[in-house]
This record gives sequence, structure tokens and C-alpha cells, in this order.
Amino acid sequence: MTTSTTASPGPSAGSAGASASGTSRAGATSAATTGAAATPPSTRGTAPTELGHKARGRAVKDQLARVVMWAAFLLALVPLVWILWTVGSKGYHLLLDAQWWTNSQRGITSRREGGGAVHAIQGTLIQGLTTAAISVPIGILTAIYLVEYGRGRLAKAVSFMVDILTGVPSIVAGLFVYALWVTTFGLQRVGFAVCLALVLLMIPVVVRSTEEMLKLVPNELREASYALGVPKWKTIMKVVLPTAFSGIVTGVLLGLARVMGETAPLLILGPYTKSIATDLFGGLMPTLPTMINQDRTEVLQPAVDRMWASALTLILIVLLLNVAGRVVARFGSVKR
Amino acid sequence: MSSVTGVSLADETPGPHGSAPLSGDGAGTGRLGDRLFGGAAKGAGLLVIALVTLVGVFLLWQAIPALARNDANFLTSREWSVDGAHPRFGIVELLWTTVTVSAIAMLIAVPVGVAVALFITQYAPAWLSRPAASLIDLLAAVPSIVYGIWGLRTFGPVFEPVQGFLQHTLGWIPLFTGAGISGGSTILFVGIVLAIMVLPIVTALSREVFAQTPVTHKEGALALGATRWEMIRTAVLPFGKPGIISASMLGLGRALGETIAVTIILSTLPDGAKWTWSLLNGGETFASRIANNAAEFDTPQKAGAFIAAGLVLFVLTFVVNAIARVVIERRKAFSE
Repeated sequence: MTTSTTASPGPSAGSAGASASGTSRAGATSAATTGAAATPPSTRGTAPTELGHKARGRAVKDQLARVVMWAAFLLALVPLVWILWTVGSKGYHLLLDAQWWTNSQRGITSRREGGGAVHAIQGTLIQGLTTAAISVPIGILTAIYLVEYGRGRLAKAVSFMVDILTGVPSIVAGLFVYALWVTTFGLQRVGFAVCLALVLLMIPVVVRSTEEMLKLVPNELREASYALGVPKWKTIMKVVLPTAFSGIVTGVLLGLARVMGETAPLLILGPYTKSIATDLFGGLMPTLPTMINQDRTEVLQPAVDRMWASALTLILIVLLLNVAGRVVARFGSVKR
Repeated sequence: MSSVTGVSLADETPGPHGSAPLSGDGAGTGRLGDRLFGGAAKGAGLLVIALVTLVGVFLLWQAIPALARNDANFLTSREWSVDGAHPRFGIVELLWTTVTVSAIAMLIAVPVGVAVALFITQYAPAWLSRPAASLIDLLAAVPSIVYGIWGLRTFGPVFEPVQGFLQHTLGWIPLFTGAGISGGSTILFVGIVLAIMVLPIVTALSREVFAQTPVTHKEGALALGATRWEMIRTAVLPFGKPGIISASMLGLGRALGETIAVTIILSTLPDGAKWTWSLLNGGETFASRIANNAAEFDTPQKAGAFIAAGLVLFVLTFVVNAIARVVIERRKAFSE
């Protein structure tokens, strides 16, 4: 804002001076310079008569750059549209069947049509929610530490580690939990182990988004609260967190979307099964990604159809979470 | 924060009014509630540090026995037999595939991603800028397993003639000699699919830096008569260079660790296959080797070999992410 206001007197003063000199000398050159200074740069190429050979080259380059940028954007849209179209067109008809939302795949072979995905949807939701239940408190507390408490070396170290955690490949998270859960403790592969691996992937997303939101909370609010004699922890709980609430929700939803679409840890820790399973601590638990993975090598049409349909279901869930996150962000962001 | 990268440059910059980063250090009252809450926040921070350390330590601990029993050189051997009393395994082939796949992905994703970011921040009409950014972010929301099945079943067959052409015309270059692998499952093709997956990450972070270019720099360039492209070259790109570098590093970290899409698309080579430099060959990355053999983790020795591979992957991504972090930090030092 400030820059535009300070800049605006410049051209107007310049043109006033030039017009004054133009009336006295009636020089065509001064008129040309004011014209060049006043025209926006994008329309510069429209006056080639006054620009030399070199300038035309510059204008061509400018146009070329514009074309390249547009082309890059359109190019980036191609895979998006293509993927959504492929999955949508190949998967939608099974989703229209009520059976898809009520039945499991129990007893249904690749050759047979029918069955649903409710077991996998349920598994994905259960694991996602459990993961969120563990990682959201840890993530929010870490963000509070970074913004409200952390100073000096420890805070730097925590922030660095959050960055590293952001970059941990999902398969490494899965391997780590495998090394801990199965080879060290000798436990069976169960749904909860998957959740632990997903927690590793979700924490950094929650920390970063919460941190961002807490930083947006005006300091005046905190100071007003302190001035009234409210202790720091109550200030954070009753003033800072409620102010940043919608932003935190957005972060959680986006994090949830990320972990629900994750497949790699599930390959190691959560093999697929065709029947409904709701016990996190016993037996295998099917999920949408493993259901897709199960059918991906199939050539028989019923199984292929189910693969696309479960991919579409997964995309819908993830997109729904993303859209919900953005809507919450749009309508409830911190007012500055 | 951009939901895509989990990293934000806003973390590093002062508040909207140039105010110093938040501090309420003296506000703790030392009462029980404050001490408990502060302790919990600090505890969460320490937990994050502990988690990352544990990942490294556990993987190392589990990998060492297997590495000690390994008869081949872990770093230079091409073999991979983890059974029996004399296991022989080495990572050189995995390293080659992982690095080339990621390099191809970066070669495509960085220029296109930066161009898209420039489009969104500098070229797009005001009404298009926001939706365009959301659309590109959507690419990041698509689960990677969906990229996998789309790549294998839809994009792959389309790519087949392109590969045939490359092989035909450039076959004399070792990188493009035919290796009898169908077009949809080669290193080159996986690199292209990974480029699509990495693109939104590169775009999201670059976009954020470009948007922060001081208006005075841009107006200064324009006032000196620069065309829009020259303004971008002289003002926006130099300012955004560290951002581009760290965005690329984050993208690279993602590409190195991507598991399921690579596992699905890339065809594995049989044991003892001849070594080639060809990009039109199959292979396995660290992550896909682990994922392909997830069912075989029945003895600690076998699991240990795969965990050792996972450890190398963890170290690789750790280094790449740390570089990204350092670049951002240095930028902060210069921009203030």
C-alpha cells in the first residue's frame, strides 16, 4: 500500500513537468518520453515506430515469455484433468450402486461382479481418525511451544526436526514402525501400527499450519489478556487458540487428507483383507489404498472396475477434506 | 503456509506491520497451571525431536546386524540376495535408479513449476490467479497410488510411441538404448510421472517467494523501461532464487522417497540382469524395492537388509531437506 502511494506522485509530477516544457518548446521528443513513461509496460510493444530494432527484439522476447508461462500453466492442467477424467469415467458407475456403500468384498472373487467398499472406507476412516486423535494434540502443542514459548537453541532444533519430519518418506515411516512394533516388540501387524506410522506423517503438517495461524493472532490480544491478569496458559487456551481455531481446523483437515491417501506404510504394516474389520488392535484392517493395490494387477473386468471405483472413492474423500479445509479457511480466517 | 509443502516462508519473515516476531516470554506467572501447560508444550517439542532421532537410531540398530553379516560390499554391490547364511546385497543399482528417476523428475518439474508460479503471480489476470493456484494444489491432493494406476494403465500406453521414437532416433546414446521394456514402465516414464507429482510442491513454494518480491524492486525495474519479462528476470527471479532452490530440494526429497507410484509403474528386473545406463530400462528405487518385498519381512536378517536400504533413503532425504532448510535460513539472513 505504502509503495503505491509514494510512487503515484512520481509519474504525475513528471508528466506535469514535461507538459510544461512541451508548451514552451513544443518538442516532439519530450512528448514521446512522457508517452513512454506513462504507458504501462505491457503495451510497450504497440509503438514500434518509436522503438529501435533492439527494442522490437525485447518486445518479442516479452511476448514469448508470456506465451511460455501460459503454456506451462495449461500443460500442468493436462494431467490433473486427465487423471480426474480417467478415474471419474471409469469408476463412477459402481459408485452409483447402493451396494458399493453397504457391502464388503467378502467372498467375492475377481471374476464376480458386485460387493462394495464399505469395509475399506470404514478402515480408512477409522485409521485416519485415530491418527488425527494422536497427532493433533501433539502437533498443536508443538506449535504452541514454537510460537509462544520456544526461544533459543531448543526451539530452533524443534523447528528443524519438524522440517525433517516433513521430508521423511512414508515408506521410511512404515519401516521405522515395523522395526519398532514387529521386530523389537514382537507384536503382530495391526491397524494401530499403521496409525503410528501415519502419525509421523501427520504431525509436521499440523505443526506447520497451526504455527502459521498462531503467528497471525495479533499480539495486542495477548497483551490485553495479560494486562487483565490472565495467566499465560489461560490466555493461550481462551484467547489465542479460539482466535486461530478455523485455521487449525484447516490444517488438520489437510493433514488428514494427506494420511488417508497414503499407501506405502500400509504395504508394510497393514495388509488387505476382504471383510469388515473394526478392531485396531487385532487382525488385519482393509483400507481404500490397499484395496486399490490389491486389484491393480488384475485383468478381469469386474476387479478392474472395482479398482477404479475405489480410486474414485478415495479421491472423493481426499478432495472433500481438502475443499472442507479451504472453505473453513476462507470463512473463518484470523482478521487482521 | 502452503498445505502442499508444509513449509512456509512466512515463518521467517517479520509480521505484517514489520513488528518483531511474537514474544510473551515474561508473561508466564510461574503458577501451577502455567508450569504444567508450558511443560506440556515443551514436552511435545521434545517428543518431535525424539521421534526423528528414534527413526534414525532404530533403523541403524536394526540394520547393523544384517550389514555385519553381509558378504558383499553394501555400497558397491549390485546383488540382492538376503536369504541364507551368507547374504549378499548392495545398493548401487537402487541408488542409480533412485537418483536418475529423481533427476528426470526435477529436470521437468523445476522449469515448469517455476514457470507456473510466475504465471500465477505475474501473468495471470486477477480473477484467474487464485483458482489457478488452487487447481495446481489439487494435483498434490491426488493420492500417489492413483498416479500409479493412472500412469500404468492410461498414460503409459500413450507414452509408448514416444519411447519408440526416442529409441529409434537417439538409440546410439547409451541413455536411450532399448532394453526390451515396454514404454509404460521405464525409468524415463516414471521420472515423468514423478515430475507431475512434484510440480505442485515446486510451484507452491516458488509462488510464495515470488509474491513477496518487494513492489519497489518491480516498479523500479519497470520505471527504468524494462519489459515485464525483463522485470521478472532482473527483479523477481534474483529475489526468488533461494526460494526456487529450497522448493526444488523439497521436491527432490519427495521424488526420492516416492514409493507406491514407482512400485506400480516401474518394471523390476530379474536377478542378474545386465547393467545398462539406459533410461529406457526397468529397475527399482530404494522405496520400491522395500515395497515390492514387504511380504518377505519374516526373519530379522531379511528385514534388516531392507531396513538398511530404508536407512540410506532416510539419510538421502535428510540431507536434501537440511540443504533446503539452510538455504531458507540464509535467505532470511539476507532479506532482513
